[in-house]
Amino acid sequence: MRVALLSGGISLERSVSLQSGRRVADSLRQLGHEVVRIDPGPGLVADLTEASPEAAFIALHGRDGEDGTVQGLLELSDIPFTGPGVAACRLSSDKGLAKHVFGMEGVPTPAWFPVTEAAIRDYGAAAGLPAAVDRLGLPLVVKPASQGSALGLTVVTDPADLPAAVVTALSYGPSALLEEWVDGRELAVSVIGGGALPVIEAIPTERPTYDFEARYEIGATRFETPARLSEADRTAVERVALAACDALGCLDLARVDMLLADDGPRVIEVDPVPGLTETSLLPQAAEAAGLSFDALVDRILGLATGPDA
Amino acid sequence: MEPEQVPPAPRRPRTEARDLERYAALFAVRTRQMRSSAMRNMMSIATRPEVISLAGGLPDTSTFPVDLFEEIASGIAADGLAGALQYGPTEGLDGLREAIPEVMAREGTGAEPEDVTVTTGGQQALDLVTRALVDPGDVLICDAPTYPGALPTFAAYQADVIQVECDSEGMKTDLLEQTLTELEAGGKRPKFIYSVPTFQNPGGMTLSLERRRQMVEIARRFEILVVEDNPYGLLRFEGDPLPSLYSIDGGGFVVYVGTFSKIVAAGLRLGWVVAPPPVRQKIVLGKQAADLCTSNLVQEFALRFLRSGLFDEYVDGLREVYRSRRDAMLGAIAEYFPHGADWSRPEGGLFVWATLPGVIDTGDLLAKALGENVAFVPGAEAFVDGRGTNSMRLNFSGVAEERIIEGVRRIGRLADRMLGLYETIANTAELPLPDGAAEAKRRQAG
Ligand SMILES: Nc1ncnc2c1ncn2[C@@H]1O[C@H](COP(=O)(O)OP(=O)(O)OP(=O)(O)O)[C@@H](O)[C@H]1O
Ligand SMILES: Cc1ncc(COP(=O)(O)O)c(C=O)c1O
Ligand SMILES: [Mg+2]
Repeated sequence: MRVALLSGGISLERSVSLQSGRRVADSLRQLGHEVVRIDPGPGLVADLTEASPEAAFIALHGRDGEDGTVQGLLELSDIPFTGPGVAACRLSSDKGLAKHVFGMEGVPTPAWFPVTEAAIRDYGAAAGLPAAVDRLGLPLVVKPASQGSALGLTVVTDPADLPAAVVTALSYGPSALLEEWVDGRELAVSVIGGGALPVIEAIPTERPTYDFEARYEIGATRFETPARLSEADRTAVERVALAACDALGCLDLARVDMLLADDGPRVIEVDPVPGLTETSLLPQAAEAAGLSFDALVDRILGLATGPDA
Repeated sequence: MEPEQVPPAPRRPRTEARDLERYAALFAVRTRQMRSSAMRNMMSIATRPEVISLAGGLPDTSTFPVDLFEEIASGIAADGLAGALQYGPTEGLDGLREAIPEVMAREGTGAEPEDVTVTTGGQQALDLVTRALVDPGDVLICDAPTYPGALPTFAAYQADVIQVECDSEGMKTDLLEQTLTELEAGGKRPKFIYSVPTFQNPGGMTLSLERRRQMVEIARRFEILVVEDNPYGLLRFEGDPLPSLYSIDGGGFVVYVGTFSKIVAAGLRLGWVVAPPPVRQKIVLGKQAADLCTSNLVQEFALRFLRSGLFDEYVDGLREVYRSRRDAMLGAIAEYFPHGADWSRPEGGLFVWATLPGVIDTGDLLAKALGENVAFVPGAEAFVDGRGTNSMRLNFSGVAEERIIEGVRRIGRLADRMLGLYETIANTAELPLPDGAAEAKRRQAG
């Protein structure tokens, strides 16, 4: 089949996306598909028209690839695409929106307060920060609502650092979150076609948080696949991961990041377009389930094009 | 948008997750210090054509005379091809080793051809010097800020880098002396001081004559080498040239690194190093291991260019272009950068270094700037010790004047917005603030 492979783009995670794209292109060809690589930019619509693909494989990360913008364009062009639809992407790519949904659906997530640049400017929202600090306690996490790769994330231990942390988070987007800091094990559950793949635990070998550097640097993080969990923990973790995906509408494909605290798992975020680079977690989880990278790509594409495609 | 028709070729066996862990065990310890940073990943957007990139260090090559290029190339084809296509001596071609001191003489530096080793760019010279001198854990001294591209080299040899503060006259030699004294008391003797004394990358400043003399004197007294990296000396727009450290010292304790990258073309990958004979021998042995010799073809090209008689004219032309670009940049910074910003006023070279009020993190500012299609190098890249977070390096050589002005305008506007936001938060939220900010708030109120 003729597949448009979308990777690159203009988000801050461009290089990660290009890495994913290279791997996926390789697999698609191996699977016998004709690949048209598209680096989405101002010419995206024209490029799609010219390529007239039977399906689009989305290997974008960050802003436009995950927030539904590109998905919307594809829907408009009547091109089936991989991963969740527009609404699910919009909900999960805004951590604030996602947490609202989790609240309504009873999915456990750390306590939080939203903060936007507009509210600070127009309504003196900063006056509420001390109360937020009181309620969430210290340390607390400040992060952009819609950035990935831990860019713009600060763990604040001294309230004096809060203004700078908020400015930092708001440098990556118009809204941010103050979030309760959860002391727990870092788990990722990949969900594909409504089922959970083996749970992965990320254990940083050198750094306190699993940040950008640790994430894309071979050897900086040790992964345990499957994570060593008690049967009860594993069941709880999988159940919560599927509930989170169900709540957002992305049971087809997503990676759920969680922290497992003593009193149970908390969902940190759901990524509707999980990374497919060499160090990404989805391919690792698939492999642990006996699914090779080619098979994974095939499966993702199959979910997009339906059983009779 | 071409469909990729390439048939599935036998491919490199793909690294599956568990192979990665196997590689992790294979990597040399020194690669631990070689990290790709979040910033460098963000910068991958900066290569898109709509981005005004004030981030590069690219010389403007558009003025290189095309007919001269053709003439040199066909000249080589006519009477120099046999040699140009061969391996050559590790030290470099004799003709070029003779011509290089003539280039250095234009800044008043004398050197002997036999002390010259031709290298594959100045970058290789830095690598070879470090390779020859540094054992894991050895201390190196360099400018603060320093040339960001030197840091991965030093990291690759597991050097322990200590940076000595600079002001508008370059490295503070009193602090240098103090640092060396303290190190000596702790039983450590650094191997060398790495400095870019003229039109520094990234700081834009030039080491004053007084401090040049002091640096050389200090190096001699402590018996350590100075590695003088001078890519920009000939790109002086105004003022009188200062003597190089090499010429002040006479070649006893100073190793001089030069390059054709900024005065002919970076694509040649051609530089050189001048070092005292014992050091030179080690460098040559290192170069043998690294690449046997620098491309003869490239050396032949550079030599013919130097001999064409058009070299000085070409460099004059570059100076003209860069001077007016620098003026455009300085004018735009003065107009658009926020109150409280400070910046260098370089008399040459390619860069302006600007420092914003301390509450602005230029890494965050870069994220915003990339969103508006402008890029620069955040200051933290020029430090090993977490400093520089409110500074940035701005390049003026590679971008036309209108774009420089527009780029600076966007950065200034974004910085204003960040400052405004910080102040709003700090003034509204009743939070204990860091010392500097609390003081600023009091001043503002009073
Ligand atoms: N509330 C929290 N408590 C403790 N640690 C946290 C919290 N929020 C985030 N972290 C840490 O920071 C990391 C990144 O956080 P988060 O997933 O929210 O950011 P991100 O930018 O979306 O990253 P990515 O998309 O790559 O997963 C987490 O994996 C975790 O280690
Ligand atoms: C101070 C300094 N040293 C060395 C280099 C490397 O230059 P080359 O192209 O000669 O390798 C540069 C390039 O920007 C530089 O600024
Ligand atoms: Mg995450």
